[in-house]
Amino acid sequence: MNTLKVRVWRGGAQGAFQSFDVPRHASQTVLDVVTHIQRALDPTLAYRYACRVGMCGSCAMTVNGVARWTCRTHVDKVAGEGHLEISPLKNLPIVRDLVTDMREFFDKWARAKGSFAGRRTRRDDFAQISSASKSRKEIDAAIECIGCAVCYASCDVVAWNPDYLGPAALNRAWTLIQDQRDREKVERLRAVEGDAGCHSCHTHLSCTERCPKQLSPTASIAGLKRETLRSLFGGSP
Amino acid sequence: MNARAQALLWAAQRASAAVLALCVVVHLATMVYAIRGGLSAAEILSRTRGNAGWLAFYSVFVLAVAVHAPIGLRPVLGEWLRWTGASRDLALAALAILLAVLGMRAVLGVFL
Repeated sequence: MNTLKVRVWRGGAQGAFQSFDVPRHASQTVLDVVTHIQRALDPTLAYRYACRVGMCGSCAMTVNGVARWTCRTHVDKVAGEGHLEISPLKNLPIVRDLVTDMREFFDKWARAKGSFAGRRTRRDDFAQISSASKSRKEIDAAIECIGCAVCYASCDVVAWNPDYLGPAALNRAWTLIQDQRDREKVERLRAVEGDAGCHSCHTHLSCTERCPKQLSPTASIAGLKRETLRSLFGGSP
Repeated sequence: MNARAQALLWAAQRASAAVLALCVVVHLATMVYAIRGGLSAAEILSRTRGNAGWLAFYSVFVLAVAVHAPIGLRPVLGEWLRWTGASRDLALAALAILLAVLGMRAVLGVFL
């Protein structure tokens, strides 16, 4: 049986890689590898996962230097020479081993006003929004974010500027600004402009390249830049 | 500096970039044309001195540079050197003034 040589980060910010030999199987995912280590080799290994099918966004890790969702990443795709190096996501504090503290990531969603604020009550009729409308198409292109933080871990600007809201939070704000039912567009635009917001994006496109859902936060951020520019000169969002 | 002002800086940098794109093309084309014919410095000066058109063009060019370059340096200083806050913005405002003064000095040098 083939064996994978796996190096796994152990400890917190001050830690070290520990090596494991893991049996290789057909269609094996990186999450399968981590789970094997925890269940068969070292039960003290800390990692995080939930759905195992690419929906919950909780299993993202750095695999051979690249942030990935591990449950949908096949070993065949990333372990070129039979070697894997697995570490926690970058740009987030490490709790222990492969687990990061996601608080700052989600706090930034709140700072970017990432919660829907509608006008209607339960007594009103449903809003009628055409699936062919431009704003609905903009939302469709960005809405499938699972909050895995792969984009956040891949973003150079987040690494350089700790206040930067990051691709996921800005992408979320963009979907709400495009939502015809939303009543806080102006406040949202105010929340996402400036050095901590969309204007700090350098369009490196790392978020777009790495997003496991093939979304383009870069395009959403460009949309925010256009909307803030419009609002600077008196246009309504 | 508040976020609104930061967004305005971004807009100013994009607008000045658009102006510079045009100015650089005109400037390079002019340089190539002037050198190709073998014009001497004296002949070039005879064309620029008292020419309000060139004065206006290069004044716009210099002012666009004075706006564009310091705004572009701002995130570089913040992200690479961790220099943020009012001291950075004051230093960049001084750089903008310096670029404008030196540039206009050169422009007036071939106009007057």
